[in-house]
Amino acid sequence: MMTSLLFRAMDAKAGVFLAILLTVIILVPAANLLLPESHPLHVPTYAVTLMGKYLTYALLALSVDLVWGFCGILSLGHAAFFALGGYAMGMYLMRQIGTRGVYGDPVLPDFMVFLNWQELPWYWYGFDMFWFAALMVLLAPGVLAFVFGWFAFRSRVTGVYLSIITQALTYALLLAFFRNDMGFGGNNGLTDFKDILGFDVQADTTRAGLFAASGIALGLCFLICKIITKSKLGKVLVAVRDAESRTRFLGYRVEHYKLFVWTISAMMAGIAGALYVPQVGIINPGEFAPANSIEVVIWVAVGGRATLVGPVIGAVLVNFAKTWFTAALPDVWLFALGALFVVVTLFLPKGIVGAVGQGWSALAARRKSTSKVKAGSDDPPGSAPAVPVSESGPPKSRMPAPDPQPAE
Amino acid sequence: MTRSTSLLYLDGVSVSFDGFKALNDLSMTIDPGEMRAIIGPNGAGKTTMMDVITGKTRPDTGEVYFNGAIDLTGEDEASIADLGIGRKFQKPTVFESHTVWDNLELALKAPRGPFATLFHAITGAEKTRIENLLNLVRLQDKRDELAAHLSHGQKQWLEIGMLLAQDPKLLLVDEPAAGMTDAETAETAELLKDISKDHSVVVVEHDMTFVRALDVKVTVLHEGSVLAEGSLDHVSGDDRVVEVYLGR
Repeated sequence: MMTSLLFRAMDAKAGVFLAILLTVIILVPAANLLLPESHPLHVPTYAVTLMGKYLTYALLALSVDLVWGFCGILSLGHAAFFALGGYAMGMYLMRQIGTRGVYGDPVLPDFMVFLNWQELPWYWYGFDMFWFAALMVLLAPGVLAFVFGWFAFRSRVTGVYLSIITQALTYALLLAFFRNDMGFGGNNGLTDFKDILGFDVQADTTRAGLFAASGIALGLCFLICKIITKSKLGKVLVAVRDAESRTRFLGYRVEHYKLFVWTISAMMAGIAGALYVPQVGIINPGEFAPANSIEVVIWVAVGGRATLVGPVIGAVLVNFAKTWFTAALPDVWLFALGALFVVVTLFLPKGIVGAVGQGWSALAARRKSTSKVKAGSDDPPGSAPAVPVSESGPPKSRMPAPDPQPAE
Repeated sequence: MTRSTSLLYLDGVSVSFDGFKALNDLSMTIDPGEMRAIIGPNGAGKTTMMDVITGKTRPDTGEVYFNGAIDLTGEDEASIADLGIGRKFQKPTVFESHTVWDNLELALKAPRGPFATLFHAITGAEKTRIENLLNLVRLQDKRDELAAHLSHGQKQWLEIGMLLAQDPKLLLVDEPAAGMTDAETAETAELLKDISKDHSVVVVEHDMTFVRALDVKVTVLHEGSVLAEGSLDHVSGDDRVVEVYLGR
């Protein structure tokens, strides 16, 4: 059953994407670890970490695309799920510090000693074990998303209203995590990590491993998204996006479908956060900032909604630009980001991938029509019809797809 | 006119929106296998009546029973659709970014849960059924076309096809001939008559030639309640109907 699902999900585009991803996963760590520093193709460790961070962002963008692009749920709070996954991983990393902390307490993390806490709060139990932390990486965002979605979708909150509540959700968590007595390190967050699974987080090999893990997680989640969107369930999701009440009157319980993708998507965002934290070395409440979630939406819009590959490309490109701008022209970055969003909305409503796909099919159509003219008619090529009448076969690819609908 | 033998039974149904009575003590019975046309001027409550039957709107008072025994006022849209009531909207509503084929596949009677659809693989029987429906609604050569590219009339037909794909006991069809050419209207009337051979159908329509072509019992709604009922000739001879339609 699993193989048939996988078989149905794979197409040429997905294959190319996964092949490129696999190459990157192998080549980047290899160029870092195996080539000497003097070699022109050597990738420095900081670059590996930076690209690893981009990959986790790409996974976050992918999770937003699953709910926004395919089901029309515009989430402006996905960074909350990302940060929760990050905190779960951060708690594990804190417990790994042990006596190496500034205060040398074998159980309590430094900030708790500093606050004069005598014992570990109950919700920190179990985080010394990796499997438990890994489970929480999925469960914490998953359960929150499930509960939130249960109420929101059952009451049929949609469109802009839902987007606003997701902003409120992430903002509420931001304020909560800022408080010292929450027990998550207050505004300093969790940092000063030493090892992960017994490996030094600063070591080149660990960094390369984390990079590869981020790439593999991205690839697996991409496959899951592909399986979901190519199945009949995926068709129902698009149906919900395009005509929600029609879907209801066909007998589908729209709220169950929304809850399903929403929870899956939140868990993917959690995984992204968990891989992000050991690479950047810190997690603090700033990750919950509403602006972060909005930025993710921009990555998806730039790359192309409902394309799965697009958000990955969008996240990597925009963040690469961000890294470059904030180093070279720090004052200009936010203007550039704003301008990018305006330009994409006005000129590339389907994002980079959507525009390339459209151009490609238009080109293919033109080539086909000119070759037909050459083969058997006296008309000059210029007068060939733009959209040739097909005698057989579906004229599917030549027709532009209808514009994706806005948030609602 | 008893509840137990009826397919659809409405008794004393009232709905008001902010003080405006959209339905006012509406009572009506549809028998199994019957086709009924419902006419009435704008604001007579035709669409609200459909909303009440399909669970979109809850009545303030009154009873709505399906199949003699199932109380529809306690069910939501999805379960009412599951019970076997299909609805076509006034404005054709199809899934524009899906192909004609996918539209029908989604409508086809099958388990509706997310996990059932995730693992669903289309069967041969389902394919045959979709082929038959494509023939019925005359969209065979449009099967791979996106629904967005269909003409208005073709969308109406596709939606009727989707309704049939659900295999409902009762079809509620809201203005199927709106925006159609005369030829298309005539064909649609033929199609509905075909369908009514093995389904119960309620058609809401403005177009009198269309209603005449259907040649069925007519219910006239006015201000949220039934004004007259009978054959088209009978109701169009009724003075009150003439008054409502033509003004005094």
